[in-house]
Amino acid sequence: MTDKKTIKKSSLDDLFKKMMADGKRVLAPVRKGETVLFQEVDGYSAVAADYVQTTLSAKEALLPRCEEMMRFTTAQSTVSLEEGPAKPSPVVVFGVRPCDARSIAVVNAVYLKDYNDALYKEKSDSTTIIAVSCAKSDEYCFCTSVGGSPGSTEGSDILLTLIDGDTYLAEILTDKGKAVVSIAPALFAAAGSEVKEKHLADVPVQFDLGALEKKLPGAFDGAVWITQSLRCIGCGTCSYVCPACTCFDIQDETDGTRGMRFRCWDSCGFGQFTLHTSGHNPREVQSQRWRQRIMHKFSYQPDQLQVVGCVGCGRCSRACPVDMNILQHIKDIVEAR
Amino acid sequence: MQDKIIQKAKELLSGGAVQVVIGYGQGTGDRVRAIFIQKPEDAGRLIMDGRCVQNLAGYLMKHEVRALGRAAIVARMPVLRSIAQLMYEEQFKDSDVAVIGISDANELVDLPDLNALKEYVRANPLKLTPEEQAEVDRLDAMTREERWAFWMEETSKCIKCYACRASCPMCYCARCTVEVNQPQWISVPSHDLGNLEWHIMRAMHLAGRCVNCGECTRACPVGIPLRLLNQRIIADIADNFGEEEDYALAAFKPDDKEDFIR
Ligand code: SF4
Ligand code: SF4
Ligand code: SF4
Ligand code: SF4
Repeated sequence: MTDKKTIKKSSLDDLFKKMMADGKRVLAPVRKGETVLFQEVDGYSAVAADYVQTTLSAKEALLPRCEEMMRFTTAQSTVSLEEGPAKPSPVVVFGVRPCDARSIAVVNAVYLKDYNDALYKEKSDSTTIIAVSCAKSDEYCFCTSVGGSPGSTEGSDILLTLIDGDTYLAEILTDKGKAVVSIAPALFAAAGSEVKEKHLADVPVQFDLGALEKKLPGAFDGAVWITQSLRCIGCGTCSYVCPACTCFDIQDETDGTRGMRFRCWDSCGFGQFTLHTSGHNPREVQSQRWRQRIMHKFSYQPDQLQVVGCVGCGRCSRACPVDMNILQHIKDIVEAR
Repeated sequence: MQDKIIQKAKELLSGGAVQVVIGYGQGTGDRVRAIFIQKPEDAGRLIMDGRCVQNLAGYLMKHEVRALGRAAIVARMPVLRSIAQLMYEEQFKDSDVAVIGISDANELVDLPDLNALKEYVRANPLKLTPEEQAEVDRLDAMTREERWAFWMEETSKCIKCYACRASCPMCYCARCTVEVNQPQWISVPSHDLGNLEWHIMRAMHLAGRCVNCGECTRACPVGIPLRLLNQRIIADIADNFGEEEDYALAAFKPDDKEDFIR
């Protein structure tokens, strides 16, 4: 049974300060020009208000755009490893949307299931997610079509839902969540009979996920991929803004005899993603790369990892420079005869 | 205007002069998006209004679009400029594409072939608007340290998604310098140095070629004002080479008076 409490909006700044005093870095959505990005903050006043979704997801806390994996020194015929990067300090990510919190399960499935990725694991162990339910959505949101909801608790340690102008209902969901409460117990009060449901955005279900998963295996050779992706320009934007995209590229950088190895985000939208050393490219053209994006998320990942690789946050469609709208494209595939 | 474009598209398609018309159509909400019209009866879907600013010229080089056959393209001034530049760089031949040109005054321009297009572009040289020039000047007026801080702050947001490159019709290299790794010219990870190198390299490779369409800036998901880099170079070229000069910094002449280049 979830422990339910309440916390005043006006107490959040105190909560932030207490968490910081406890040695945690607090990341929260901050407005930067027309974008809203997760950044380290020093108080609640920096937190952006009144937006549907952050421009980039909170994935970066667990899977940075580029992260140091190791340092090395080379001598004539030997390579020796230096002390690796310092252990990450504990992080609290505040203001994660429920869809993004659900996306952690997808990233976990890739980084922790068949192989236990140490770099990822240590970040995941030391990260606490305080999510905030959605009171607003837009035409790009489709969490409810892929198993989520604007008040879903999956993946969160604490879920806050604003139930009146100044009071959040706080669902304390995990031990990490309890640990946050124990830092500042006085800021939390016992909850009464408040329910969150009527304070959530209304996000209608737009397609039948089961029908899509059934249809995709037979659609591999269809013309739909070409028609849909004629305007796709093959950038990495959709993958990079996606909370559930997990592909990476390894880059070594050397300076004389010393070097560093980095893990960087990568995208199946790039032509180079599948380019072989021989020059052969199994995905020669953009339509094949677009097909891969849809197939991977909605067919291969459900098959192999038992998770759907999309949580319906809508970011890829909002950010796509050429208005490739994933929801519309999926609906077209489901509805095609 | 829109009706005239639709009419022209219909004629081109039904006469068999082209197999596809690349233009703008309805997108999500109030967005417009690139559409590819293949039948005369679909031409009515074409839209032309203030939202139609995407530079469509890059599609002329895309494999799946080329596979549709000869194309006509709805082309405002930046698209016309891109085509002229791409022809200069021998990316396609005169007969490859038909143009439905639209002037800055929003009139249909009759451009029967790409030579006419080249003449039209030559007669309308690229100039920064007073607003654009003012922004360039604002940056110029900063101290070196302020400008450095400005660009470090802006480029620190870069995630190296390469949407700026993918959206730019001038960025068509089969192998971008950032992807050449023997030797590695540009640092790939999106740390401070990697981001800075990427943006300097891109600005330099576009010097004298950028048509100021603004596509890179619109495409950037994190809102980096990339245009300011290119516009500064455009202003420099105008100052140093004059606006009349063809393709400054991108041309090679065997009789160049500088001998370091020979
Ligand atoms: S779908 Fe959009 S964001 Fe994704 S690769 Fe294509 S153009 Fe880029
Ligand atoms: S595929 Fe698009 S909608 Fe789905 S999780 Fe990724 S960014 Fe969000
Ligand atoms: S589009 Fe923006 S974020 Fe992407 S690589 Fe270019 S500058 Fe960086
Ligand atoms: S650099 Fe930007 S403004 Fe210049 S041509 Fe390319 S996309 Fe257009």
